[in-house]
Amino acid sequence: MADTLLAVANLETYYGPIMAIRGISFAVPERSVVTILGANGAGKSTILKTVSGVMDPQKGTVTFAGREIQGMDPDKVTRLGISHVPEGREVFPFLSVRENLLMGAFTRRDVAGVAEDLELVYSYFPVLRSRAEQRAGSLSGGEQQMLAISRALMARPRMMLLDEPSLGLSPRLVKEIFEIIARINRERGVTVLLVEQNANMALHIADYGYVLEVGRIVMEDTCPRLLEKEDIKEFYLGMKESGVRGTRRWKRKKTWR
Amino acid sequence: MLNGLAVGCIYGLVALGFVLIYKATELVNFAQGDLLMLGAFTCYMFVVWYGVGYWVAFALAVALVALFGAVLDATILRRIIGQPQFSVVMLTIGLGAIFRSFASIAWGSEIYTLPTPFSARATRLAGVAVSHEYVSIIIGTVVLCAVLYAFFTFTRIGLAMQASSQNQLAAYYMGIPVKLMFSLIWAISAGVAAIAGVLLAPVSLIDINLGFIGLKAFAAAVLGGFGSIPGALVGGITIGLIELFSGAYLPQGFKDVAAYVVLLVVLAVRPQGMFGAITRKKV
Ligand SMILES: Nc1ncnc2c1ncn2[C@@H]1O[C@H](COP(=O)(O)OP(=O)(O)O)[C@@H](O)[C@H]1O
Ligand SMILES: [Mg+2]
Repeated sequence: MADTLLAVANLETYYGPIMAIRGISFAVPERSVVTILGANGAGKSTILKTVSGVMDPQKGTVTFAGREIQGMDPDKVTRLGISHVPEGREVFPFLSVRENLLMGAFTRRDVAGVAEDLELVYSYFPVLRSRAEQRAGSLSGGEQQMLAISRALMARPRMMLLDEPSLGLSPRLVKEIFEIIARINRERGVTVLLVEQNANMALHIADYGYVLEVGRIVMEDTCPRLLEKEDIKEFYLGMKESGVRGTRRWKRKKTWR
Repeated sequence: MLNGLAVGCIYGLVALGFVLIYKATELVNFAQGDLLMLGAFTCYMFVVWYGVGYWVAFALAVALVALFGAVLDATILRRIIGQPQFSVVMLTIGLGAIFRSFASIAWGSEIYTLPTPFSARATRLAGVAVSHEYVSIIIGTVVLCAVLYAFFTFTRIGLAMQASSQNQLAAYYMGIPVKLMFSLIWAISAGVAAIAGVLLAPVSLIDINLGFIGLKAFAAAVLGGFGSIPGALVGGITIGLIELFSGAYLPQGFKDVAAYVVLLVVLAVRPQGMFGAITRKKV
């Protein structure tokens, strides 16, 4: 397996007195796609925020390319090569699509390279080219998600953190977006850490997966093997008793501990 | 007419400062008018005390007040973001009072006139005497607005300031140094107030209470929708003209309260202002 690009060890992050992440360790090999699955409130977003420096951990380390980055300011982390695509897109609503993309390249000084990458993201998402001068706030949810991913790509990152890109999108759009995430990983060699509730899509594009439950990792394996596990089938893929994914039921069946 | 327009431009410029800061940080800076006063005094000091040329003094005053705005943000105001609006209002009103007492200590509480290249000169245009002082205010405002518009629309830093105002968290994710951007916005707002102060100085005498013009500018900002930059300018000009006409056609005294009457009416009838695109900001 390739070298580890991102390693997280014994991470603990709090919201005031509330411990959202309870001692988590995982690794993301260079050029791979790793997914962390978890229900709403499991702590997925908190993990990504801690990695990208928006939140500081109480304990533990985040090592990126051999360098400890926990507690660093987010703009420094971005400059090191980590781009975060936040939950709920978070585009700049009153800037045009093109201006949003240029803001993604804020940390870069190579004008020619930025122009090249603008063409690149337009080739991944042609709809953005046709909307280039439109205000980002006027785009549909799917288009905003495409913009958020493209904007992160404009930083020419080594690694992208994706927070629930499927949220609120139609199955067809989700499929389209996930295919492009896989292409970005393959064609650009960008390492991807993807957190999702949509286990089915995530497990199909990722190489390795972790299952997160109330702040702890309760299972990990390669994605083909995770897809075969009964609990995953039952609670995340909805193959039995569809729709019941409550964390309490998860807990009652402690088959993996 | 020209007077109303010119005074309205000043209100508009100060209102623009309110709006820029509010959009970025959701703080209402009630010391905005006092920054205008500091600008006028600083320019006066360079011209009259040190004999510096008008244009150099103008530039120095604007640069100093802008720098002061940035320092104010970095040292004091940044700490109160997230506190209740009430404490923000108290703090900025308090700062305004401090600036006024500082001005009276540094420059005395007399009333001064700033000699400028435009002072007491007029051109006859179509039979009407057009005073250069008023024209200079209007031209200054137009040029300044064009420069600001170009800066915010076409430069990387200007766009990053807009981005930081629109979605602070996302700006962080892009690697934009958001705190620095906010300090720059304070610098621009303070600089614009100082420019307004220097432009205003020849038509209105300089004293430590010059800053109370900020209250009328506040009315202008509300009229324009508090959050809209063109709205601030149009609001300012509207208030300037309303004052002019109420001075001309209504009994004495109405002129001075006209701005506040407009403020109350706007708040009661159309709280979102003329350019009311109230869009909730995230984060
Ligand atoms: N701003 C906040 N203040 C307090 N608690 C929070 C905040 N954001 C999230 N939490 C709590 O932290 C836990 C993890 O949240 P989050 O990381 O957003 O979960 P996920 O992204 O998996 O849905 C949840 O229990 C949530 O209630
Ligand atoms: Mg989340």
